[in-house]
Amino acid sequence: MEKIFSARDPSALNTETLEINFGPQHPSTHGVFRMNIVCDGETVVSLKPVMGYLHRNHEQIAENMSYAASMPYTDRLDYFNSMSNNFGYSLAVEKLANIEVPERAQYIRVIMAELTRLVNHVSVIGFLLNDLGAFFTPVLYAFREREKILDIFEEVSGARMMCNYFRFGGVKYEIQPHILQRIKEIVKKFPKFLEEFEALLSKNEILCMRCQNVGVLPKELAVSASITGPMLRASGVDYDIRKVDKYSIYGRFKFRIPLGEKGDVYDRYYVRILEMHESLKILDQALKDIPATGELVSKKMAPFLKSPRNFKPPVGEAYGRVEAPKGELGFYVVSDGTPQPWRYHVRAPSFINLTILEDMCLGHKIADVIVILGSVDIVLGEVDH
Amino acid sequence: MTPEEIKNKIQTALPGTALKWVRDTLLIENPQDLPKVANFLKTSEEFRFDYLSSVTGADYLQYLEAVYHLYSMEKKTGPFVLRARVGRDQARIPSLVPLYRGAEYQEREAYDTYGIIFENHPDLRRIFMWEGFEGFPMRKDYVQEDSEILEASDIEWLEKHQVQVPEGMKKRAEELKKQGRRAVAERPGQPEPQ
Repeated sequence: MEKIFSARDPSALNTETLEINFGPQHPSTHGVFRMNIVCDGETVVSLKPVMGYLHRNHEQIAENMSYAASMPYTDRLDYFNSMSNNFGYSLAVEKLANIEVPERAQYIRVIMAELTRLVNHVSVIGFLLNDLGAFFTPVLYAFREREKILDIFEEVSGARMMCNYFRFGGVKYEIQPHILQRIKEIVKKFPKFLEEFEALLSKNEILCMRCQNVGVLPKELAVSASITGPMLRASGVDYDIRKVDKYSIYGRFKFRIPLGEKGDVYDRYYVRILEMHESLKILDQALKDIPATGELVSKKMAPFLKSPRNFKPPVGEAYGRVEAPKGELGFYVVSDGTPQPWRYHVRAPSFINLTILEDMCLGHKIADVIVILGSVDIVLGEVDH
Repeated sequence: MTPEEIKNKIQTALPGTALKWVRDTLLIENPQDLPKVANFLKTSEEFRFDYLSSVTGADYLQYLEAVYHLYSMEKKTGPFVLRARVGRDQARIPSLVPLYRGAEYQEREAYDTYGIIFENHPDLRRIFMWEGFEGFPMRKDYVQEDSEILEASDIEWLEKHQVQVPEGMKKRAEELKKQGRRAVAERPGQPEPQ
């Protein structure tokens, strides 16, 4: 019998592979990111990420100026979550110089970090849906909530996105009671929004079909490839730095770590939804326990707010890491006793999470690559540092 | 476990490895021993450092250094920091990619910025800088060109390609050439204590 022309039997076809340069100017790469994709028909055979279009040698800039001066630069790493970037950097320097943070400042820090997580997760889900073709409806709902939180950031720090709010040993500005009241209102209303969001999405047939069993990341590979954040937890690994390190005052709050089962795109989406619920729990407890008055910056560091160049940490090194919304954000700082760090390194989560992009995409259709990349949740400011 | 105990444990399991404690971190004196030590730390029941959080380079003028931050996801312990030192000209360290996939991009980054060559890395290319870029920008002796100032050779090239160059620029280039200097960007100096 003559061979039937069938896609299931590639040997019957005389095919050629096609090389596609995906990006850098492509809306679904979330910035200027390029992928060299080799396709066989529509199936991805090889995928090589190319980055560096936004490279500005952030590390060298930081090594050429005083410690406090690179705080605003950390905002520009992951420009969606400037508060948690500040958190990571100040944690590293506080470890280096052995600085205690006052009680009230600790609470403010946690509140800001968790609000940031809400901002990040709602918008990333919105963008993921954009990539799936649900054009701008979910993003609009997400941005409505994001705006409310950005208003809080604006009132607290003076900037909506580039907050530059944390200082070594505390935070910069006082948080007024009426702002706390507004945060409380946001926290109260947020679950209703999540319900609405979920009703629209979680059981949506198109979303399920496009996301389930796509871009599966096995547990072992995730651990070995240093994947962190919601992506790791979606693969079912119970690892959250807030629980493991108990940095700042996270040890005091009760919250759970949502885990996925398969590690596909749908799990990554759903883990983020669940994480927002847990963030709300932390916010609830923090807002209840925050002391009404207290210092904002520790006594040791207060003089350096006016003269940051006098701040010289003792010789040594420190690695501070936080659970940023995208994963483990680490700062490695080496001091030689001068006002400038000798070595400053950023362990950027979205950069390292890209390591296994190829493994997740192989064998899928090219349309799925966009969805998988969306579920990794990258920000190019951080990838390219 | 005290640092001394950990060191002894590693040395009994892997005889012949020279180790030294530097500021709570373990220095592997011969960089070639690195994969052995890392493999032991990853597989041994006691440590199980299965998660390589960060890989980075550093320049200490006399030598280059690679720093590895290990954690254990299984036991929730860490960090355990390994470092390996190599000469500036002979910067070769075995790659940890066969053990930890997560090292792949980070080693490429360390190669790109510090010029540390990771042996047996599957795909050691520049990652942030473009192909054909010369030098390693994070080394302390790296000099950056001043892109605002043209040198005599630049002007020569431009004029050969029919590009008009303002007289002021030509004069500047001439002066530089006479002094035998290159147009190097000034590095921000040490900040003055106030």
